[in-house]
Amino acid sequence: MKVEQISIFIENKSGRLAEITRILGDAGINIRALSLADTSDFGILRLIVNDVEKAKSVLKECGFTVNKTEVIAVEVPDRPGGLSCILQALDTDRINVEYMYAFVERCAGNAVIIFRFDDTDKAIHTLTGSGFTILEGERLYSM
Amino acid sequence: MFYNEEFETLPRPALEALQLKRLQSVLERVYANVPFYKALFERYGVRPADIQGLDDLQRLPFTTKQDMRDSYPYGLFAAPMDEIVRIHASSGTTGKPTVVGYTHRDIETWSELMARSFVAAGAHKGDIIHNAYGYGLFTGGLGAHYGAERLGASVIPISGGNTKRQIMIMQDFGSTVLTCTPSYSLFMAEEAKAEGVDFKKLKLRVGIFGAEPWSEAMRGEIEAKLNLAAIDIYGLSEIMGPGVAIECIEAKQGLHIWEDHFIPEIINPQTGQRLAEGERGELVITTITKQGIPLIRYRTRDITSLTYEPCICGRSHARITRMSGRSDDMLIIRGVNVFPSQIEAILVGIEGVEPHYLLVVDRIGNLDTLEVQVEVDERLFSDEVKVLQRLAKQIEKEIKDMLGVTCSAKLVEPKTIQRSEGKAKRVIDNRKL
Repeated sequence: MKVEQISIFIENKSGRLAEITRILGDAGINIRALSLADTSDFGILRLIVNDVEKAKSVLKECGFTVNKTEVIAVEVPDRPGGLSCILQALDTDRINVEYMYAFVERCAGNAVIIFRFDDTDKAIHTLTGSGFTILEGERLYSM
Repeated sequence: MFYNEEFETLPRPALEALQLKRLQSVLERVYANVPFYKALFERYGVRPADIQGLDDLQRLPFTTKQDMRDSYPYGLFAAPMDEIVRIHASSGTTGKPTVVGYTHRDIETWSELMARSFVAAGAHKGDIIHNAYGYGLFTGGLGAHYGAERLGASVIPISGGNTKRQIMIMQDFGSTVLTCTPSYSLFMAEEAKAEGVDFKKLKLRVGIFGAEPWSEAMRGEIEAKLNLAAIDIYGLSEIMGPGVAIECIEAKQGLHIWEDHFIPEIINPQTGQRLAEGERGELVITTITKQGIPLIRYRTRDITSLTYEPCICGRSHARITRMSGRSDDMLIIRGVNVFPSQIEAILVGIEGVEPHYLLVVDRIGNLDTLEVQVEVDERLFSDEVKVLQRLAKQIEKEIKDMLGVTCSAKLVEPKTIQRSEGKAKRVIDNRKL
């Protein structure tokens, strides 16, 4: 039920994003979704890619600090209030969203949102219990 | 003007005879009372009775900061604890501070030497002395305070910090003498300007600045901005505290070191050989009247030179030139002594932090800044911003708690900190002094 995401530490200086995307492109890795968290001093780039292990190793070889984290991809009805009902279900069970970002492609007419929760397993339980669709990693990487 | 004319102008032959008598006496005392010195002298095959002239001082071994650390906290004290009336401490090279103890007579001596220093700087009874050196374990605050009281001046024990209040008090209380670090004086000048206070309208006449290195250019800037005569003072807690040496206002050409209590030498820091008058090297001081913790040939690590040329002020005591650096890696940041090894020990103590770090020191708006760059490896890294921000805050807090110096921690990518062959470069000091 979980999706593997890689996160990369980057200093706030010019050319770092270009460098990372160049390394991934040269290795034939396709970026499926991304989010960049930035502070005044540093940033964290989070990526969903089609080949997690390869992406991790090529970036490490180039001296980047890379971590792998488990996140969840949820299908969100593409209509007003779609995201809101998911968040309400989570709030009722007191599950905290650490961060979230949207996936580029649609899945069966629905939007796809990547979530990072403080308690991933509990979130899966809540979401499936409330009838929401969670996407498998394999499906997502090849979408 | 003198505080103790007889001793401050003692002709050199009489001064040297007094030094020899006091040196022989202190050597007998440390040999009898401090096991460290007895063992050290025996190892070097020298006994107090072998010292028959001031030149024989060169036969004695040095005392170092490491020796003080090995004897932590009281191992080098030469007086029993029931005679110690005050304890001060300064930064050691790692977690533990360097501890010094004073007998009642040591405090009396310190007060007199500080009073002499005030007079040499142009202060007198009737002055209102605004003492912005920190009060506490640091010797600056209390050292200047006791000297000011001995002189009979009115002392305002304001200590450091809270600059707006400092300026208000200077204005309202009519302070005439300011004591603080040179960089803090310039910071005050800027704050005053922002507050619309004109230093030219204040009664300040003299500023006595020390605890960190400064330059002639900075003197010019301070004198112009604060409208006072800026005087350089030197001291270190191991030897006594502030008032070991001071410039006279008449010449402002080198700092008179109170030779009836201290014997200065300049050595080559690599070979330990004594250098001739005027040559630049490391200052070594022997305390000849101290009771609490007398130190024999203490290596200060401060780089300077010595001159015995007569001075226009009439004092017969030798002068050291402005300190121009250190023979070790100690940094002085806003008056606080910081060794890179101390920061390394703190970083290692924070779980997971690999000690790949770099200290960047700068001076921005007249205040020293310290940036601690730490490389983020996989053990430290998180996909959550708050975890990394917490790490940076923890580094800042622990350095502040342990060393008393404010820094900003910056997380950097691995391998961004340059590695040279052998010893890594740990410090970049961008300050232009």
